[in-house]
Amino acid sequence: MILQSQLPLFPEQASSIARQVDYLYFFLVGISAILSVGIFSTVFYFALRYRRKSEDEIPKPIHGSTLLEITWSVTPLVVTMILFVWGAALYYRMTNAPPNAMQINVVGKQWMWKIQHPTGRREINELHVPVGQPVKLNMISEDVIHSFYIPAFRVKQDVLPGPEYSSVWFEATRTGAYHLFCTEYCGTKHSGMIGKVVVMEPADFEQWLSGVPTGETMEQAGERLFVQYNCNTCHNTSSGARGPLLDGLFGSTVKLTGGGTAVMNEGYVRESILRPAVKIVAGYRPVMPTFQGQISEEAILQLMAYIKSLKAPEGGARKGGEK
Amino acid sequence: MAEAAAVVAHQFDDAEQQRDSVSLGMWLFLIQEIMFFGGLFLGYTVYRYKYSEAFRIGSNELELAWGGINTVVLIFSSLTMALAVHAAQLGKRKAIVAWLLATILLGSVFLGIKGIEYTHKFEHHLVPGPGFHYEGSHARQVQLFFSFYFVMTGMHALHMVIGVGLLAVLVWMAQAGKFDSAYYSPVEMTGLYWHFVDIVWIFLFPLLYLLGRDR
Amino acid sequence: MASETTIEQALPRKHYLNASYGVKSWLLTTDHKRIALLYLMTVTVFFLLGGAFAVMVRLELLTPAGDLMDSETYNKMFTMHGVMMVFFFLIPAIPAVLGNFLIPIMVGARDLAFPRINLLSWYVFVLGGTFAFGAMLAGGVDTGWTFYTPYSTTYANTYVIATAFGAFFAGFSSILTGLNFIVTIHKMRAPGLTWFRLPLFVWAHYATSVIQVLGTPVIAIAIVLLAVERVFRIGIFDPALGGDPVLFQHLFWFYSHPAVYIMILPSMGVISELICCFSRKKVFGYHFIAFSSVGIALLGFLVWGHHMFVSGQSVFAGMIFSVLSMLVAIPSAVKVFNWTATMYRGSISYQAPMLYAMGFLGLFTIGGLTGLFLATLAVDVHLHDTYFIIAHFHYIMVGGTIMGYLGGIHYWWPKISGRLYPDMWARFSALVIFVGFNLTFFPQFVLGYMGMPRRYHAYPEEFQVLNVMSSAGASILGVGYLIPLVYLLWSLRYGQPAGPNPWGAKGLEWLTPSPPPTFNFDETPEVTEEAYEYQKDYEKQRGKEAPVG
Repeated sequence: MILQSQLPLFPEQASSIARQVDYLYFFLVGISAILSVGIFSTVFYFALRYRRKSEDEIPKPIHGSTLLEITWSVTPLVVTMILFVWGAALYYRMTNAPPNAMQINVVGKQWMWKIQHPTGRREINELHVPVGQPVKLNMISEDVIHSFYIPAFRVKQDVLPGPEYSSVWFEATRTGAYHLFCTEYCGTKHSGMIGKVVVMEPADFEQWLSGVPTGETMEQAGERLFVQYNCNTCHNTSSGARGPLLDGLFGSTVKLTGGGTAVMNEGYVRESILRPAVKIVAGYRPVMPTFQGQISEEAILQLMAYIKSLKAPEGGARKGGEK
Repeated sequence: MAEAAAVVAHQFDDAEQQRDSVSLGMWLFLIQEIMFFGGLFLGYTVYRYKYSEAFRIGSNELELAWGGINTVVLIFSSLTMALAVHAAQLGKRKAIVAWLLATILLGSVFLGIKGIEYTHKFEHHLVPGPGFHYEGSHARQVQLFFSFYFVMTGMHALHMVIGVGLLAVLVWMAQAGKFDSAYYSPVEMTGLYWHFVDIVWIFLFPLLYLLGRDR
Repeated sequence: MASETTIEQALPRKHYLNASYGVKSWLLTTDHKRIALLYLMTVTVFFLLGGAFAVMVRLELLTPAGDLMDSETYNKMFTMHGVMMVFFFLIPAIPAVLGNFLIPIMVGARDLAFPRINLLSWYVFVLGGTFAFGAMLAGGVDTGWTFYTPYSTTYANTYVIATAFGAFFAGFSSILTGLNFIVTIHKMRAPGLTWFRLPLFVWAHYATSVIQVLGTPVIAIAIVLLAVERVFRIGIFDPALGGDPVLFQHLFWFYSHPAVYIMILPSMGVISELICCFSRKKVFGYHFIAFSSVGIALLGFLVWGHHMFVSGQSVFAGMIFSVLSMLVAIPSAVKVFNWTATMYRGSISYQAPMLYAMGFLGLFTIGGLTGLFLATLAVDVHLHDTYFIIAHFHYIMVGGTIMGYLGGIHYWWPKISGRLYPDMWARFSALVIFVGFNLTFFPQFVLGYMGMPRRYHAYPEEFQVLNVMSSAGASILGVGYLIPLVYLLWSLRYGQPAGPNPWGAKGLEWLTPSPPPTFNFDETPEVTEEAYEYQKDYEKQRGKEAPVG
C-alpha cells in the first residue's frame, strides 16, 4: 500500500476490530460512490440531453409512476437495513468486553490523561498495553466531559465526570505507537490533550511494567488509604459499627433506607465517597462524611481496587481486611 | 342591544376566517407551551426518581395549605374567566368587565400567595444559591428540588403575570364596548390561555406538593 | 404560459417598495414582503459575521501548530461561527426571507394570518442577535455551539448565558414564524386551492413549521436550566453537584436534531420550485414529495440519540436510534430521485437558479449518504467528533441549505425587486461556489476517517496537506459568496425591469406584478389547476389533448 503512505486514507489497523470496521466503511464508501456518481451523472446527462432548444419549448408532461416510487423507496430501505444490522452486530461486539480483559484505569482531566495500571505503575498521556491481550479501560473525568479516542483501534468513548464510570475495550494486534486524542471539546487545551498508546510484545510489557519500582499495587494503595482516611473506624467488624462491613459486598445488591435497592458497583462506591447521603444502606444512619474535594479520582480508584479485593468473611470468624 | 359589525383585519376574507385563524393560532401556541413545560416536567421526573428521598423531604417543606388555597383560587378564576367569555358572547358589557376584573383579582390573589410562600422559603434559607441552607443529609439534592420548584412555579407565575396583563387590556377593550356576539375572539382566546395556565398548575401542585407527603 | 422576456417590461407604478417611505414605514410595517426584506438584511449581516469567524478558523488550520491565535481565541472562533450560522442564519434564512415573502402570495392571500406577530418575530430575532453579537463583542464564548455541560455550566468563563439567551430569542422568533405559517396555510388558501394543489414550497414550509413549533420550546427549557445552574450553582447537569451531564445532551439534541430538518426542508421546497420551472415540467411524484416532507418532520423527532452513541447512552437505546436514523434517510432519498426524474425529458435551461438546484442534487446526495455512515453504529464510534462529522453537516447545510437559499434568492429576486440581475455573473458565482465548496469540505471526510478530531486548534503534522486543501477551497468559496452581493445590489439600480414572469414559471406569485403591490392581489385569485400545470400550455401548443405519460 505505497499509495496509502503517500496519501493515507485511513489509519493503520491495529486492533482486532479495526479491519471489521474498515470493511463496513468501505462498503458504505462503495454504495455512496455508486449512488452519488449515479445521481451526478444522471443529472448531468439529463441537463445536456434535454437542454432547452427553443424559447417556447414545452416538454411532454410525465406525472409519475407508483412502481418507480416503490422501487426506489424499498431498495434504499433494504440497503439501510443491511447497514443497520451489520453495524449493530459489530457495535455489540465492540461494547462487550471479554471476561479476561485486563482492566486499566484512566482519569481524564483538563488537559491530560492519567493512567494507572493495577500493579500500581502510572503514566501520563501514554498508555502501554501488551499486544494480543484484551484491555478494558475504566474511565472517569475529574472535571468536564472528555473522550478517549484511539483512531488506529477504531474505538472511542466519552469520559464523564460521573455519575457513572465509562468503559471501552480493545485488543491491540500490532506493536507500535498510535495516536491518542481527546475528542470531546473540553476547554482551552483540548487539542493538547493528546498522547500515544504504546503496544508491546507481552514480555516487553511485563518488563516495562516492573521496570520502575512503584512501591505498591493499586490494592495496596487502597488499603493504605482506607486506614489513612479512617474508613476503617466505621466500616469494621465490631458490633454497632456505624457503617456496613464492605467485605464481599462489592457487586451485590444492597437494601437502602427509604425503600429501594442498589447494586454496589463502581459508580455506587464512588458516589458513596463523594455524596454519601444520597444512598444509605438500610439500617444505618446518615453519618458518613463526604470526601469530595479531599480524595482524588485516582485515590478513589485505588480504594475501589482494595474494596473489590475484600472477600466475604468465612464461617463465623470475621477477618478484617485479609486478602 | 344593537350588534356591531365584527372588526375584520385586512388580511382575512371574513369574520369566520378570522375567528378560525385566531383560534388555531392560540391552540398552536398552547401546544408549544406544553412542549416548554414538558421539558421541565421531564427533568423533574428524572430527578424525582433519582433522589426520591431528598425530593420527598422537599415536598414536605412546601406549605400545603397555601398551595391548596391557590389551587382553589385558580380553579375559581377559570370559572370567572369562562363567565367572562360567556358574557362577551352575549355582548353584556358590564358583565364582561365584572367577570374579567374578578379573574384579575383571583389571579392576583394567587400571585400574592405565591409571594408569601416564596418569602417563607427565603426566610427558611430554602432559595437555591449562596443563601441556601438545609440541615441534614441530602442537602444538595434538596437544593435541586427547590431549584425545580422555583423554576417551575416561577415560569408558571410569569405566565400568570402575562395573563393578568392580557386581562387588563381586555378590561379596557370591554369597557370601550368592543365586544359582542360577532366579535369576542380576544376574550375567548385569552380564556384559552388562562385555562391552560390553570391546567399547568393542576399538574404542578400534586407533583411538587403532594407526592410523598407524610400526612 | 409562454415567456414574455422578449417584451420590454416596465416597473409597476405603485408597489410594496414605494407604497410608503421613511424609516418608520419599514420598522413598523406589517407587510409580509417588507418584513421579509428586513429579515434578508439581518440574516445577511449574520451570515457575513459567521463567515468571518470561519475565515479565522480556516486560516489558523493552514498550519499544524496553533500559531495564528491562542487556544482560547480559536475556541471562541469556532464556537461563534457555529452559533451565528446555526441560530442566526440557517434556521431563519429561507423561512423568514423567502417563506415570509412568498407564502401569502402562493396561497392567494393578502398577508399572513398574523402580520403584527410577524413583525414581532423580527424584533425578537434582532434582540437575540444583539445578545449573541454583544456577547461576542464583550469577549466571546468558547463552549462550542452545543454548550455541553458541565463545561458550559461550571468551567467556562466566557459569555455563555448571554449567547445562550441570544439563541433563546432566536428560537422564540422561529416559533412565531412557524405558528404564523401553519395558520396561514390551513385557513387562508384561495378558493380552489386544495392541499394537493399547493406548491411544494408551501408543503415544505408547513412541515418545517410543525418542527419549529414543537421542537424549539425544548431547547428554550434547556437554555433556562443551563442558565439557572450556571448562576446558582445547582446540580442539574454537573455531576460534581449531583446532576447528570447526559440529561443536558438529551434536552439539547431533542431540539437540535429536528432543527437540522428546519434547516433543510425549506431548501428542499425551493429546489422543487426550481427544478419544475427550469425543466418546464410538473414535478415527478408530487404526492410522494409532499408526504416525504411531513414524514421527515415527524421521524426527525425520533432520532436525536444518534448524536450520543458514545456518550454513555445504553447500547440498546443506541440500536433503536440507529434503525430510526436509517429510516429517516429514505424520504430524503425519495425526493432526490423524484427531482432527478422531473428532469427526464424536460426542457432544461441553465440559468443560475437551476445551476444552484443541480448543485444541490449532487451535494445533498453526498451529505445524506454520509449521514448513513454516522447512523451505522460501529462506524460512528470511529467517526464521532471527527472532521467527518463536520464534512457531513457542511455538505447538507452549505451544499444543501445554502445552495437552495441562493437558488431561491436568484429565482425570486425579479419578483422581490422588480429587476433582473446579470445572469452570466450569477452562473459564474454558482460555479465558483460549487468548486470552492467541494475543495473545502471533501478533504475533511478523509481527515475525519484518518482520525483528526474536531474543534482542534493544533493538529499532528500528517493532517496538514488535507487542511491546506480545505483552507484553499474556503478562500474560493468565500469569493463565490461575495460576488452575488455585488451584482444583486447593482441590479437594484441598473438591472432591467423584470416583468411579472421572467422565467415563464407556474405559480400564483408569477401572476402578480414585479414587485407586487402591498396587498398582493387586486382580487383574490381562484385556482383551477394543479401545481406546475405546464400540461395546459403543452396542450395549447399542440392544439390537442396531451397523452398522459
